[in-house]
Amino acid sequence: MEEKKVRNIIDGTVIDHIKPNCAMKVLSVLRDIDHECIIVCINTDSKKHGRKDLIKIENKFLEEQEYNELALISPDATINIIKNGKRVSKEKVKTPKHIKGIGKCNNPRCVTNCQNMETEFDVISIKPTVLRCSYCESTAEYKG
Amino acid sequence: MELKHFISINDLKKEDIDFFLKKAGSMLELLESKKSVNICRGKILATLFFEASTRTRLSFECAMHRLGGSVIGFADAGSSSVSKGESIADTIRTVESYSDIIVMRNPFEGAAKVAANNCSVPIINAGDGGHEHPTQTLLDLFTINKKKKSLSNLTIGLCGDLKFGRTVHSLAKALSEFKGNTMICIAPHELQFPEGIRKKIEDTGTKIIQTDNLKKAIARLDVLYVTRIQKERFVSEKEYLRLKGIYVVDRKMLEKANKDLIVMHPLPRVDEINPEVDRDSRCVYFQQAFYGVPMRMALLSVMLKCEK
Repeated sequence: MEEKKVRNIIDGTVIDHIKPNCAMKVLSVLRDIDHECIIVCINTDSKKHGRKDLIKIENKFLEEQEYNELALISPDATINIIKNGKRVSKEKVKTPKHIKGIGKCNNPRCVTNCQNMETEFDVISIKPTVLRCSYCESTAEYKG
Repeated sequence: MELKHFISINDLKKEDIDFFLKKAGSMLELLESKKSVNICRGKILATLFFEASTRTRLSFECAMHRLGGSVIGFADAGSSSVSKGESIADTIRTVESYSDIIVMRNPFEGAAKVAANNCSVPIINAGDGGHEHPTQTLLDLFTINKKKKSLSNLTIGLCGDLKFGRTVHSLAKALSEFKGNTMICIAPHELQFPEGIRKKIEDTGTKIIQTDNLKKAIARLDVLYVTRIQKERFVSEKEYLRLKGIYVVDRKMLEKANKDLIVMHPLPRVDEINPEVDRDSRCVYFQQAFYGVPMRMALLSVMLKCEK
């Protein structure tokens, strides 16, 4: 079956090679996109991985925190920056070693769950993504 | 030796531990000689205990008084502004301006790190929930070293609550720094070491054996470290009642043990050590509690830079 092409964006970001069925999770961590044109492909063909998701967002460039969360959700994703209809850069996300303000510690006795404060984690494994709380040291797999 | 904050036993390298063992030995000699020591005169220790404590709080206070310093603080969260909802960070920012060093116990895991992140004077972690209790570890190591003349090539039984018991977590991490030790973890399956801690210890090359049978294990041990099954760490009372009293060290149990075994306990005990064995020379837990004073004198003097 011939695949129908979705329209290109003029200025913005194309997030490619997202883990299949994770596009909606990625969208949930992106901010200030309510009024932008967003194109989402779920479970489309991928030469590298068999299946993948893809997101195109007009007028959106990822901030550090969004980039970090994307890397945790889908460590193989690539980010393409589009300007004036042309791709100006393409890079694979890099999973950070340390993250701040993302997610919640699973340990109900952790201090981060009882004080008004940012969480902090060390990323101790990428596939699967395992985080260790910088405060109570409990570890858990990142589920997004 | 410089130590800004003492939050985790991981803040110390092996040579730092050796340094504190030696320093505590000198403090013990001073205590035994009954000489007055005034090296911390003019310094103020603040003890912030958001959770109950007898030995840790009083031995810190005793240590500071013995060093000639003064003590302020509270012994339960109810008598502080925490009961009005004040955050740990705000409490610490206030108390740091009243004192030269702060000792804090808090029921939440990681609380000591939060305090250290918000504090310009030294913070000592006196227990943060089930996470760490590093000064207890130092006095435990001091006790083992005093009694066994070494911290290497020992077979150490850790018995009771190994899941929530912060003293065993810190002690096991510290003992894994010394060569040739074997740890026999004696606990029901539900209260065995958390996976992360067990792996960290095994990664150092320390051998870990897990069992739920104290009777069988006791004959092999040089050190038996018993812990209380802690009611306050259980969400379900039913689960607590099912597991409490599962191990009891009594006269009959000690008949199976080596003559040179030492039995330790961070105290308080409930029913895991029968008082009938208190006079057995192998039971050293009250001496262990006393060693908290010279070890905490060593820590306070070093962290306050008040060494002779």
